[in-house]
Amino acid sequence: MALDRDLAAAIAVTRFGLGAKPGEIASVAGGDPQRWLQAQIRPVGGADQPIANPPTSAQRLLEFRDYQRQRQAARAAGGPAFDPVKFAGNLIRQDAGADFLARARLAATTDADFRERWALFWFNHFTVSATKLQTATLVGPFEAEAIRPHVFGRFEDLLVASSSHPGMLLYLDQAQSVGPDTTAATFLSRGGRHAGLNENLAREIMELHTVGLEAGYTQGDVTEFARAMTGWSIGGLRESDDVAGKFLFRPAAHEPGVRTIMGKRYPQDGVQQALAVMRDLAASPHTAHHLAVKLAVHFVADEPQPSLVAQLERTWLGTGGDLAEVANTLILAPEAWSAQAQKFKTPYEFLVSSWRAAGYAPAALQEVAILTAMGQKPFSAPSPKGWPEDAATWCAPDAVIKRIAWVQTLAAKDLAGRDPSQLAADALGARLTPLVAKAIARAETREEGLAILLMSPEFQRR
Amino acid sequence: MTHALTEVRPSRRQALVAALGLGLSIEFLGGSAFADAATRKLVVVICRGGMDGLSVAPPVGDPHYAGLRGAIAIPGFGQPGGALQLDSTFGLHPSLAAVHRLAAKGEARIVPAVATPDRERSHFEAQDVLENGATAAYGVDSGWLNRALQAMGPGKAKAISVGATAPLILRGPVGVASWSPGPGAGRDPRLPGILQDIYAQSDPALARALAMGLSTESMAEVATSDATAALAQAGPAMDGGQMAATSQTAPTAAAGAPGAGMMTPPTAGGAAPQPGRQGLPIARQLGATLAGFMIQPGGPQLAALSIDGFDTHANQGSSQGQLATRLAYLDATIDGLADGMGPAWKDTVVVVATEFGRTARVNGTVGTDHGTASTALLLGGALAKGGIVGDWPTLADGKLFENRDTAPTLDMRALFKGLLVGQYGLDRRALDTTVFPDSAAVAPASGIIA
Repeated sequence: MALDRDLAAAIAVTRFGLGAKPGEIASVAGGDPQRWLQAQIRPVGGADQPIANPPTSAQRLLEFRDYQRQRQAARAAGGPAFDPVKFAGNLIRQDAGADFLARARLAATTDADFRERWALFWFNHFTVSATKLQTATLVGPFEAEAIRPHVFGRFEDLLVASSSHPGMLLYLDQAQSVGPDTTAATFLSRGGRHAGLNENLAREIMELHTVGLEAGYTQGDVTEFARAMTGWSIGGLRESDDVAGKFLFRPAAHEPGVRTIMGKRYPQDGVQQALAVMRDLAASPHTAHHLAVKLAVHFVADEPQPSLVAQLERTWLGTGGDLAEVANTLILAPEAWSAQAQKFKTPYEFLVSSWRAAGYAPAALQEVAILTAMGQKPFSAPSPKGWPEDAATWCAPDAVIKRIAWVQTLAAKDLAGRDPSQLAADALGARLTPLVAKAIARAETREEGLAILLMSPEFQRR
Repeated sequence: MTHALTEVRPSRRQALVAALGLGLSIEFLGGSAFADAATRKLVVVICRGGMDGLSVAPPVGDPHYAGLRGAIAIPGFGQPGGALQLDSTFGLHPSLAAVHRLAAKGEARIVPAVATPDRERSHFEAQDVLENGATAAYGVDSGWLNRALQAMGPGKAKAISVGATAPLILRGPVGVASWSPGPGAGRDPRLPGILQDIYAQSDPALARALAMGLSTESMAEVATSDATAALAQAGPAMDGGQMAATSQTAPTAAAGAPGAGMMTPPTAGGAAPQPGRQGLPIARQLGATLAGFMIQPGGPQLAALSIDGFDTHANQGSSQGQLATRLAYLDATIDGLADGMGPAWKDTVVVVATEFGRTARVNGTVGTDHGTASTALLLGGALAKGGIVGDWPTLADGKLFENRDTAPTLDMRALFKGLLVGQYGLDRRALDTTVFPDSAAVAPASGIIA
């Protein structure tokens, strides 16, 4: 790195990390900024957990069942009718709200903020969204169980963990997909119920999670993969507690036969068939390229330099998708240390970095609800593609107005005795420009000074 | 909530006055220089997720419809929960009652088999093509509506999107406003001016966004108060007393009031707030507020609005259910918009489009998968009277696209071109080259605009 150490420290904390807490940049500048980042790579253990001993996805699903049973009993005894939508609303507020708040608090306070950003990238890559009522309470458990443990492991393991998690199986309708020529289909249709293939998860694994559209697969490949995935399901809530709400392979729903996907034959039986397909998808050069581009876009620029993408791709292919090695390559890539901040923060990144700059952590759900008005409702990505990452999306008129209003409410919190100029120096280090430093020094109130800092171009970008 | 709003409003005015004092451009406050186009309005509503055209305007008179659709078929005319009749073949989903009322006046038509040039059945690629107006998802990163603004000439027309962020359809060289309910720019009246000064020297993109945001805020006060008044006068069509109570509080509650963020069902970045059936007054309010922007002197001529949640792979429902709720929300939004436009409705066209339709057959999970052609809705007083737009390929054996989906008979770009020609007289050369690149072979659909 040709950068001076102060600027490198500011970039390490604000671009690779989640934004500087008071004193963080100075502390990183006291050592080697790249080593500070490398030390956060944790192949064993993965990312930090926002909640110690968090509730599992199965517990969350059973919670609903138990409540339903109680209410049914109450109704039988002449009580008021059970309103599942209202109940789900309460659950979402309590459970998903607590999960999201814990995640936001971790981001606002952690010392290993590159590790947390790396995990955020993978949540967004493997999106499960609360826009679907049945998955709303599972987003937190999905992140905790399927994503966090694997973010510095092998991509293939991350893919399988995501694709077999109840949150993903429900979000993309896989849990109820049944092979048309199976005993399960016959049984269900005899009972007057519809049973058949649902290709939603198979399609998104190919298009979004692994090889991408440019791999040139066909509708036929998608349908074949969907057939291979039949049987990947969840234990029903009426089944015994050891399977209820957990991943369950149902042989009776698995379409028998050899599948052909992108020209390759898959003769395996049962659960191994889709696993073999996933292994090949994970190992495909298309996947390496797709993810190298996405990582470079997330960390460095909406239109990243091809040389940066090439380095990430090379490491990915050379290590068989070892995500710790890919992270290391990103840290060592000169292109990632450009003095020009090219990324415009998403609303969540903006809130987290603002809290960190102010030395504040959100204590109540109300404090994160503003994300909805900013266009990034908690846990509710608009589609399986996840949240957009580009400035063209977030640097928009109404979004900027919402940010200006919000920084004033944050600044109005207790900042007694804090000097905005010192906060600015702490938050941006060598990235603070004289223009903004002067405007902050001229602010009429502490609140105005902090608002100028948080709305400054160098704080809005990273 | 009412308390919060009344508290914030004066300081928002102060902020705007302060901004004006610093010489910021308040674009919407000036009159429009393009008198002819100024009165013609075009609203594009994008229904994201792949809206099922066969449920929006079910061809219940098509002999193959009921068999293909099974449990999710909409019942025939006159039956309980049946389709609202348009002609001998087509009806409207029973949730689309306001659209049906407009159709009875000749102010709504359907386009039953329209598709973009994309055939990949990927949401993301198809939405990109719907919005960028090109033949492929990649390589064009501005939207056709923005390039249409550009083709009209500098300063001739303006556009607004509803939502915090800018959708692809309106991104591009011409600055475009965006708006969603909220408390404005806050209480510090100096702050917008200070920031504008910093951005002007160092960050053109932020400078542009802030200037547009501030000018839109000044319109928002007028638009929201007009919309409230319009709805209060709308009379027996709704519960007036309830509306008076919710109209002020509802949009804020949906968008970001404490706790509300985790509560409301599906919503998304860039999309409008989307409550369930109990939130229909909010949807009406949103439509009316958008109208409030558009009818102001110098207000925007073009607008884009997104609604999502149409990806109904499982348990789609028929007259009732998941899709019915989304369509009721769409219907209420259109209803509020039509009411709110008032006399300007006669010069207005609204087009409701989606990235692709869904499979003709019900799938194994009582839903439908990604398909090809879908139904677009056309609404507004500027429409020419007439029947369906484009041909109906029927659902007969051998007529389905790849034995799976409704076959396209009309290119989406032909529909959009027809609207731009009819409303704004855009010339063919601009349409074929810049607005919709390499599309000389796609002629504008004719006879849509009166």
